[in-house]
Amino acid sequence: MVSNWLFIGIFLLIVAIFPGAPILIAYFLAPRKPNSLKSQIYECGIETVGDTWVQFKVQYYNFALTFLIFDVEIVFLFPWAIAFNQLSIFGVLAGVLFLVILFAELLAAWQKGALEWV
Amino acid sequence: MALLSDPVIFIANWIENLLLGWGLAPLLVTIIMDLLGAGIISVAMLLLVVILIVLERKLIGRLQGRFGPNRVGPYGLLQTIPDMIKIFTKEYITPQGADIFIYNLAPIMATSAVLLLWAVIPYAPRVVGSDINVGVLYLVAVGALGTLAILLAGFSSNNKYALLGAFRTVAQMISYEVPMVLALLVPVILARSMGVNEIVNAQYVWYVILAPLATLILFITAMAEVGRAPFDLLEAESEIVAGFHIEYSGLKFGFFYVAEFLHAFTISGVIVAMFFGGWRGPGAETYPILGFIYFMIKTFLIYFGTIWVRGSLPRVRIDQLLGFGWKILVPVALTLVIFTAVAEKMMFLMAATVIVRILVHLVINLLLVLVLIVIFRAQEARRPLRKPVAEPRTVALGRHSVPPESPSA
Repeated sequence: MVSNWLFIGIFLLIVAIFPGAPILIAYFLAPRKPNSLKSQIYECGIETVGDTWVQFKVQYYNFALTFLIFDVEIVFLFPWAIAFNQLSIFGVLAGVLFLVILFAELLAAWQKGALEWV
Repeated sequence: MALLSDPVIFIANWIENLLLGWGLAPLLVTIIMDLLGAGIISVAMLLLVVILIVLERKLIGRLQGRFGPNRVGPYGLLQTIPDMIKIFTKEYITPQGADIFIYNLAPIMATSAVLLLWAVIPYAPRVVGSDINVGVLYLVAVGALGTLAILLAGFSSNNKYALLGAFRTVAQMISYEVPMVLALLVPVILARSMGVNEIVNAQYVWYVILAPLATLILFITAMAEVGRAPFDLLEAESEIVAGFHIEYSGLKFGFFYVAEFLHAFTISGVIVAMFFGGWRGPGAETYPILGFIYFMIKTFLIYFGTIWVRGSLPRVRIDQLLGFGWKILVPVALTLVIFTAVAEKMMFLMAATVIVRILVHLVINLLLVLVLIVIFRAQEARRPLRKPVAEPRTVALGRHSVPPESPSA
């Protein structure tokens, strides 16, 4: 068991290094001629206007909030899905009731307009 | 014979015995074997991208009625090599005011997130990187690292458009995370385990036959997670001017490119492992090398499916995309999970035979597909398509089209 996670830990180290190596190699292979004009921020071909960190629409926050609720729900569903053999039919129906309540939550969010983009 | 039929296990045992024979401690031997395994997987996947890119370009070309690249090498198959040389030798232009550490971390993290997914997918009967028993949760969690990498890229580029592109990308990806996990929950229920190895082992019959709707939902949502067409709003040239990777050049952009193609291939591998039986096939138990070949063939077929969809469908708008994800996919996936769970428990209690299980699950899926079709038809009936009005218009040659009614001033 621990050896499995040890593999993932070592894998994490390897995949953190492996893409880094070609990027470092390219630092030596590629030309380096920095220029104040080249480093300017792209703005469709004209000079940059205004700050970078602009205000953004509140709909992003709405979607993120709805996602958070559903994400926590589906994380709770995983243990229920595994313990199928040990659960009685009542246990399965309890989980189904949980899912039905969340379905109602989706409909409520839909009704309140939390899923509108415009 | 053992070398030919089960090469990976044979070579792994040989190396392990060699290292133990040299007198190294068992823990050190395990670490060295893990390093070797991880290194081989990473290098193999990064080299596989070379094949994937040229395959995709030629297929997209053929779907669009043209040849793909056909100058470099036989039939253009060596195209990626000069492409890689070009990308290696392009200059890194760092935008002014960019957050240097995060700016450089983002492409590395994007590629790492994709490579990490290959640790838990079984390639052959006993060949799997790591047989953890929470494989599905691991896949979802590590897949979300890619989303984080995109957000970091957009945020650290000091560019309004990169930031907006990154926000949109994250909105798209989190909207499709929920139906994806719900669709992944169906094989977990059917196999009673979250471990990917156990799900592959438990597929007495491919789960695509038991749950075709779950396969379809996973296919669609996985393509939205990767950001491939028709959901490639994030990097569409005409929409948001290349999105989160505007300010990246050279190999850093190359790694975003590589990460996208490899992610598409990885997600095909995940779909194959979950629904198409992974390495299962005739003779795979006795000759594990055949298992690996079956796995690769199936993954390439699903990858071909994603390329086909990319070449055939137009891009969707962001509000259509989010509406489709939340209002259609999430209710359908929830209903599918509910029905699958109840049916599976009933049949487990009644100890039904295999045929009955297959039929019941298939009927549930097809009924839901029918419900979906009925809903779509109802939507279309409410919003009729405008028929183009075709009146014959006469063109008056050599004469004004203004009617001669106004008196002269």
